[in-house]
Amino acid sequence: MRSETLIPKIGVVTDIRVDTPDVKTFRVVGLDGKKVFEHIPGQCAMLSVPGVGEGMFSITSSPTNEAFMEFSIKKCGCLTSWLHMMDVGQQITIRGPYGNGFPVESALKGKDLLFIAGGIGLAPLRSVINYVRDKKENYGSVHIIYGSRSADDLVDYQEILNEWQTDENVKVDLTIDRPQEGWDGHVGFIPSFVEELKPDLSRTVLICGPPIMIKFTLDGLKKMGFQESQVYTTMELRMKCAIGKCGRCNIGNKYVCKDGPVFRFDELSTLPNEY
Amino acid sequence: MKKISLTKLDEFFAAVAASQNLYLPVDGAKGAEYSLWTEGTVMSKAYNTLRSAKDFFFPQVETLAAFKVNGKNIEVEDVRKETEDFVVFGVRACDAKSFEILDSVYLADPVDSYYASRREHGVIMTLSCKKPTETCFCKAFGIDAANPGGDVSCWMTDSELLLQANTEKGEALLASLSILEEADDNAADSEKEKLQTILDKLPLGNLSTESFGGDKLMALFNSDKWEALSESCLACGTCTFVCPTCQCYDIRDYDTGHGVQRFRCWDSCMYSDFTLCAHGNTRNTQMQRFRQRFMHKLVYYPANNNGVFGCVGCGRCLRSCPISMNIVKVMKALEG
Repeated sequence: MRSETLIPKIGVVTDIRVDTPDVKTFRVVGLDGKKVFEHIPGQCAMLSVPGVGEGMFSITSSPTNEAFMEFSIKKCGCLTSWLHMMDVGQQITIRGPYGNGFPVESALKGKDLLFIAGGIGLAPLRSVINYVRDKKENYGSVHIIYGSRSADDLVDYQEILNEWQTDENVKVDLTIDRPQEGWDGHVGFIPSFVEELKPDLSRTVLICGPPIMIKFTLDGLKKMGFQESQVYTTMELRMKCAIGKCGRCNIGNKYVCKDGPVFRFDELSTLPNEY
Repeated sequence: MKKISLTKLDEFFAAVAASQNLYLPVDGAKGAEYSLWTEGTVMSKAYNTLRSAKDFFFPQVETLAAFKVNGKNIEVEDVRKETEDFVVFGVRACDAKSFEILDSVYLADPVDSYYASRREHGVIMTLSCKKPTETCFCKAFGIDAANPGGDVSCWMTDSELLLQANTEKGEALLASLSILEEADDNAADSEKEKLQTILDKLPLGNLSTESFGGDKLMALFNSDKWEALSESCLACGTCTFVCPTCQCYDIRDYDTGHGVQRFRCWDSCMYSDFTLCAHGNTRNTQMQRFRQRFMHKLVYYPANNNGVFGCVGCGRCLRSCPISMNIVKVMKALEG
C-alpha cells in the first residue's frame, strides 16, 4: 500500500509552557522520543486530537533544534481549547511538514532582516529568528519589532529577555497597545511604532500578525520607501488536507497550504484580496 | 475495433460482470443512476445519469483513518483496503473528461492513495451519446461527444455495439471477452456522423470560452457582474454535488463510541463555513462564494493546467439549480 499523507503519526506532548493568558507552547516528539520530521522555518504541521478535529499550526521552533518541535498555540476554538486542557504525556496526531517556508537558504541569505510581529503572529517568525541566530554567519543583523495587547500577552517573554535582547547581533523593540503598571517600554500600536523607529530601508522584512496590523504596517513600510518585493508574510486560512486538494485555502490560482503560507507582497498583490 | 450484436448485449454484460463488478446507468424514479449490473438489469437509454460518475472514484463519504483512544494514548489505524477491479459502462464523453480534471488534482504529488487505488482498479467504458440535449455544451470545452475517451470507447448502432480500446487496461479487458467479434475500424463512422448533426444543432454548442482563462484573473475577479449574478443564489450547494469536476472536500471526525473514524465528505465552496477561520471568514458574502466557484472553473484551474477549463459542459447544474442560475449564464454575462 502506498504512503498516505492524510494518515497522521503519533506525537507525544512532553512539555507545556504557559506563555500568556491564552497562549501555550507545546513541545512535541514522536513515540521514539525524536523529532517526528524535519522542517524549514515557516512550514506548518497538521495537529489533531481524534474526535475533536485537526488544524494547521506553524512550527514555532527552529529546525536547528534537533531534539523536539514546539508549537505556540492560541486558545480560540474547539481544537485549541482541547489542546489547552492537555497535560504532559498526552498523545496527539501530527503530519507534515507542509507549505513552502521562508526562503532562508536563498533570498534571505546574507540579508539584514527586520521581523515585525503582532501577538501570536510571533509564532511562525520565531522559527526563522532562532534559525538565523543559530546560523548568524549566513545572515546580517536582526531587528525585531514585536507588540501585543499587553505585557502579559508577549509570547515567551523570557526568551525575548534572556536570549534575544542579550544577543549583540539582535536589536529588539517591544510595544504594548495600552499603558500598564510595571511596563516602562513603548506603548502604542505596531504600525505607528514601526514608523517611529524608522527601520533601515535595506532590510528584508518578515511580518506576521492580525490581518489589520499587517495591512497598516505594510502601508507604513511602503510610505517609508520599502518595496513590496522585500516584504514577506505568512498566511493562515482554513485548511483540511494541507496538500492543495481540499480546496479551502484557495486564493486565485494559489493554495496557501502548498504555494504558501509564505508569500512576498508583490506576489500577493497579483491575487484576489480574499485573505 | 470489436463488435457484438445488440441481441447479445445481456451476454456481453454477463461476460464483463463474470470477473468484476459492472456498473451501468439504470432508469430510476427520478432519472438514470449508475447501478450494479445483475442478470436482468436493463441499461437506461437516458442522455446521461442524474449524478456524475465521480462517485466511483471520489465517493461522497469515505473513511480515511481510524483511531483508538485510550487515556492519553492514541493508536492510528490504516483502514485502507485494496480496491477490487470494477467496470463502469456507459460513461458519456463529458464525464470521461472530468476524470482527467480530477486526476490533475488527486494524482498530483502527494498522490491521494484512496482515489488512486480506485482509478487503478476501475475500467471506464464510455458510450457515445445518442441524444445529447439542450443543456449539453461539452463542445465548448473541446470535448467531442462522438469520440468519447475512457479506457474503452463504445458506439451503439441500430444493431451492434462497437468497442475500441484506448488504454492498456481497456485492451486487456476486451481481449478477455471472447464473446466479441472483430469489426472494421471505421464501423462507427456513420454513427459518429449522425451524432455530429445533432451536436451541430444544440443551442449551447457554440458557447465561447474566449473571455476566460488564467490570464484574465483580476479583471474577471473584479467584474461588477458578480453582484447581480449571485443575488438569488440560495447557497444550497446542489451545483457542486452534481458537478463531475467539483472536488473540494471536508475532513471530520466521528466518535463511534468504539473509536474515532476520520472521514472525508464532499464539501462546497458555496457554503459559508467553508472558509470560516478562528480569526473570521475570508469569504463573508454569498457573492464572494458564488464568484469563487465560477472563477475556479473558468480562471484559476486553467491558470494552473495549461488553459484546460474545470468544466466539461455536462449541463447537470443547468438542470438542477433551484433558481436556474448556472455557468452558462455566468459565462454569457461576463463576456458581454
